[in-house]
Amino acid sequence: MANAENPELLRGARPKVEGSDLPGKDPAGLLGGMSELLRTSLYAFHVAHGGRMVDFAGWHMPVQYKSILEEHKAVRTAAGLFDVSHMGEVEVTGPGALAFLNSLVTNDVSKLYPGRVLYSPMCRPDGGVVDDLLIYDRGEDGYFLCINASNVAVDLQWMQEQAKGRDVTITARSEDYALVALQGPRAQEILQGMTGAKLGVLTYYHFQEGTVAGVQCIISRTGYTGEDGFELYHAAADAPELAEVLMAQGAAYGLQLAGLGARDSLRLEAGYPLHGHEIDATISPIAAGLGWTVKLKKEGGFTGAETLAEEKVSEARKVVVFFRTGDRRIVRAGSEVLNAQGDVVGRVLSGTLSPMLGEAIGSALVPWTESTGALHVDIRGTSFALHLVKPPFVELKKSS
Amino acid sequence: MSNIPADRHYAKSHEWVKDAGDGVVEVGISDYAQDSLGDITYVQLSNVGDTLESGEVFGVVESVKAASDLYAPVGGEVIEVNEALDGAPETVNQDPYGDGWIMKVRMSAGGEVAGLMDAGAYGAETA
Repeated sequence: MANAENPELLRGARPKVEGSDLPGKDPAGLLGGMSELLRTSLYAFHVAHGGRMVDFAGWHMPVQYKSILEEHKAVRTAAGLFDVSHMGEVEVTGPGALAFLNSLVTNDVSKLYPGRVLYSPMCRPDGGVVDDLLIYDRGEDGYFLCINASNVAVDLQWMQEQAKGRDVTITARSEDYALVALQGPRAQEILQGMTGAKLGVLTYYHFQEGTVAGVQCIISRTGYTGEDGFELYHAAADAPELAEVLMAQGAAYGLQLAGLGARDSLRLEAGYPLHGHEIDATISPIAAGLGWTVKLKKEGGFTGAETLAEEKVSEARKVVVFFRTGDRRIVRAGSEVLNAQGDVVGRVLSGTLSPMLGEAIGSALVPWTESTGALHVDIRGTSFALHLVKPPFVELKKSS
Repeated sequence: MSNIPADRHYAKSHEWVKDAGDGVVEVGISDYAQDSLGDITYVQLSNVGDTLESGEVFGVVESVKAASDLYAPVGGEVIEVNEALDGAPETVNQDPYGDGWIMKVRMSAGGEVAGLMDAGAYGAETA
């Protein structure tokens, strides 16, 4: 049964370091306070490979190794290996697991079958997004969820509250799992040399359990780059060895280590939302263009359904738009978006230089009524028109 | 460790100044600065003919991470800017003391290179 009082359930959300209730803060400055941050089991691996470690959601993570732009291009043209072990894992088991999950998230969990993965937002009654997650159907072993690192504590608390009175068990498993993402057009060739799993028949958003170089893994054909690729969940203790073997195996294919900087520019080029940017407590999946994940007619309803149904047909709604500018100057998150009359009508949610296009790209939140008009931003006194585009910004070759 | 050539002077704000003779100096940013900024995506230059006060903002260098103002390490007139950076701003990452130079300035009378740090002092500053 769900039990919000059980401290065991929040295990994955706790900072490992005592004496700091704010693990993400770094009061001693750029170098002084870093030791208070959490470390993945690949921390020493990153340092040994020249990773530039930064504070990300309270974790020591490599933002880059040599160059964000080069790592980005390596993923688009060959392959990249990312450590995303900071992400959270949660198990949901028990007879009521399916009904619970289907009431919790906006997408239809009843469509899952063992070996299938589903992407879904998880909303509040007001339609705001608590988090977005992946749900794995492990058959008799129940459901396995992958959630954002910065939301682990909030998500667990939210799930516990929503689970009251339901016959489910929610178990935090973040500390047990390491997660690496092998992404890029050469990913399958690299991985196939290390596993007996038949990757050729493992299609997009499906997974198998098997071994990679002798390490037991959930081999998931998913990713956050828009390229073909795999995410490998495995025991944290196995992570350093697996990462070294993957890099050795991948060297001949052009595999490079890639940090969170490239991960962000790759996901934005692909048009994928990032919680805290394109979706958050105030930006619903409807606004974010994720209507395809909101199954208003599914059986039993779900938290947020009524508000999202109203929002869908409201002329007062806001929408997330994606843009390119034709110039190299990056339009930073938080910048004001202006209409033709010069009125501030919205704000930029994400912005970067597309390494593949060589121009600034980004996303912005604007009223639906302004979303077909001329929009612009000001960068240090120069005005730039936002050319609205339907992402992805580049042709994607992900497996289907 | 970052590279700090001894043939030039450095400002606290990480620009370097190299004497090019005849009262002209070349200006760029240090290896430490380019490394801290990460991948440089855009360099906004002054216009040739602009007159700069020492300490005045003369341009912006943008990386994936952030946009940073550039401060004139000396006062004077801009006589040349490195237009090659327009199409290839990554040159500043690759060769901050050579092809990644930013501008040339004819110093005003009584130029203030004396107020800048030598390589040893700058090395201590950025250690």
